[in-house]
Amino acid sequence: MKHTTHFAFFDEGSKKEIRRTTLKAVAIPGYQVPFASREMPIARGWGTGGLQLTLSLIGKEDTLKVIDQGADESVNAVSIKKLVQQTTNVELTNHTEAASIIQSRHRIPEAQLSEEQILVLQVPTPEPLRKVEASEYATKRLHAEEEYSGAWLLLFEQIMKYGKTATGADHPVYVNGRYVMAPSPIPRFDNPKLHASKALTLLGAGREKKIYAVPPYTEVASLAFEDYPFSVESFAGHACHLCGTKDVFLDELVDEETGETYYQCNDTSYCIDRLNSEEPAEVGHYHA
Amino acid sequence: MHEEPILHVRNLNKQFGKGCIHCFDKRERQLEKNYCPICGTVYACQDVSLDLFPGEILGIVGESGSGKSTMMQCLYFDAPVTSGEVYLNNAELTGQNIFDLSQQKKRYIRNHKYGMVYQNPVNGLKMNFSSIGNIAEKLIAAGNRNVSSMEATGKRLLEHVQIPLFRSKEEPRNFSGGMQQRVQIAKALSNNPPILFLDEVTTGLDLSVQANVLDLIKEIQRKWGISMIVVSHDLAVIRMLADRTMVMLNGAVIEEGLTDQILEDPQQAYTQRLVYSLL
Repeated sequence: MKHTTHFAFFDEGSKKEIRRTTLKAVAIPGYQVPFASREMPIARGWGTGGLQLTLSLIGKEDTLKVIDQGADESVNAVSIKKLVQQTTNVELTNHTEAASIIQSRHRIPEAQLSEEQILVLQVPTPEPLRKVEASEYATKRLHAEEEYSGAWLLLFEQIMKYGKTATGADHPVYVNGRYVMAPSPIPRFDNPKLHASKALTLLGAGREKKIYAVPPYTEVASLAFEDYPFSVESFAGHACHLCGTKDVFLDELVDEETGETYYQCNDTSYCIDRLNSEEPAEVGHYHA
Repeated sequence: MHEEPILHVRNLNKQFGKGCIHCFDKRERQLEKNYCPICGTVYACQDVSLDLFPGEILGIVGESGSGKSTMMQCLYFDAPVTSGEVYLNNAELTGQNIFDLSQQKKRYIRNHKYGMVYQNPVNGLKMNFSSIGNIAEKLIAAGNRNVSSMEATGKRLLEHVQIPLFRSKEEPRNFSGGMQQRVQIAKALSNNPPILFLDEVTTGLDLSVQANVLDLIKEIQRKWGISMIVVSHDLAVIRMLADRTMVMLNGAVIEEGLTDQILEDPQQAYTQRLVYSLL
């Protein structure tokens, strides 16, 4: 393939700036490092933060996986994959284990990640205190002074109103005992996966121009009150109707003809891998 | 009997503007009211000193623009001071000018030692959070992480300031001005602060509600022995609440003494005018 653009779309100066920001982010776990978010060929708010991280990290040897809310084949994931592939010619994969860089929107894969992998998460709102304090100047000071009553207050309000902490996604976490961080809108189900993860987690917010990180083996604790412990979404009694798995994040679907609800793995590649492993090999089995 | 003051303020100065060669020197400066006519610098507080004793209510009166509220904001760390010293009678903070402490320490003092009731409830409350959440905010800031204990404290305080409990989960923006003010008082009291600042708490409230709020303040003083600084331009409020009173004019304290003394036998020309203009 003939490259008409720079390798990985960016000029070298841009990559250098983003990598330098990333290094700082890794050095201060959970701290939001500002960076000069570039204009991208996709609109801001559609994963430009994650895309910029991916493009600054990727090398010719890498294998890329992009998922959008658990799905490998959604339009957004496919478009990002195409852009990266056309400018780098790297290999693409759907298999979590085979990828060296995994860019994801709003999910952490079900399969456990390894030390050789980097997880890049796309972030719409990097500031966990934004709902209580509109001013960036003020929130920066609150972080500096480790004054997080606002984040706790949001949880308290939920308990008062709904009787439990009801964050649908983006439940705030304490990173390395210092910074409170928005883990991007992953379900609470995925929060524990961030704790002491073997893989490096990078979070990029293109519109808000922030990069932050959770280095491997870092302590990540979800915020919770003494008498209202943190809990993940429960799918007790339900299993994926395709592969039968129970201990994963399930999507609730409705059969339009019968009106019945059924459940399916949210992580599509995990589901397919499970099905393939159960299938008896007919001829010499080959993974595409 | 000599008592130790709980709050000890010395030479608090607050100016807005850089000042110029004509107004640098305190004794030489020729101010027009409280600002320098040449460079326009406003001297909002000039060498204000005061002592607040345990369990007493100190009143501060003065016309608008006399520096009362600015002084309160400085004491509560809402605004930085130009110069001055404040000492708290507290084992961990003895001998330390608390204006020199780090931001974190100041926040600690705000959350543990002080309570503040602003003239405008918008400043003291988060209008789009529930009333009980507003009270919990102060408890959370002071390190409480137990929902049921905070809820119990919040409900007890709301009951105390006569907010019906079925409205405890409602946002204060739906409340009347008097109710908002009472929620603010409940919030300020939530972690039993030894010192409470009240800035024009009854201004803008109608008379019966005013009486309610004043009763509440008096009761708080009697019950818990909390020391308070009450700022008001309303002499009737000062007469009812304050044990001692200071009169401020153009940023400086011009007279101080027992409230009765000040109101019955004012010495300064301005105080005399103030007292006799009372309707």
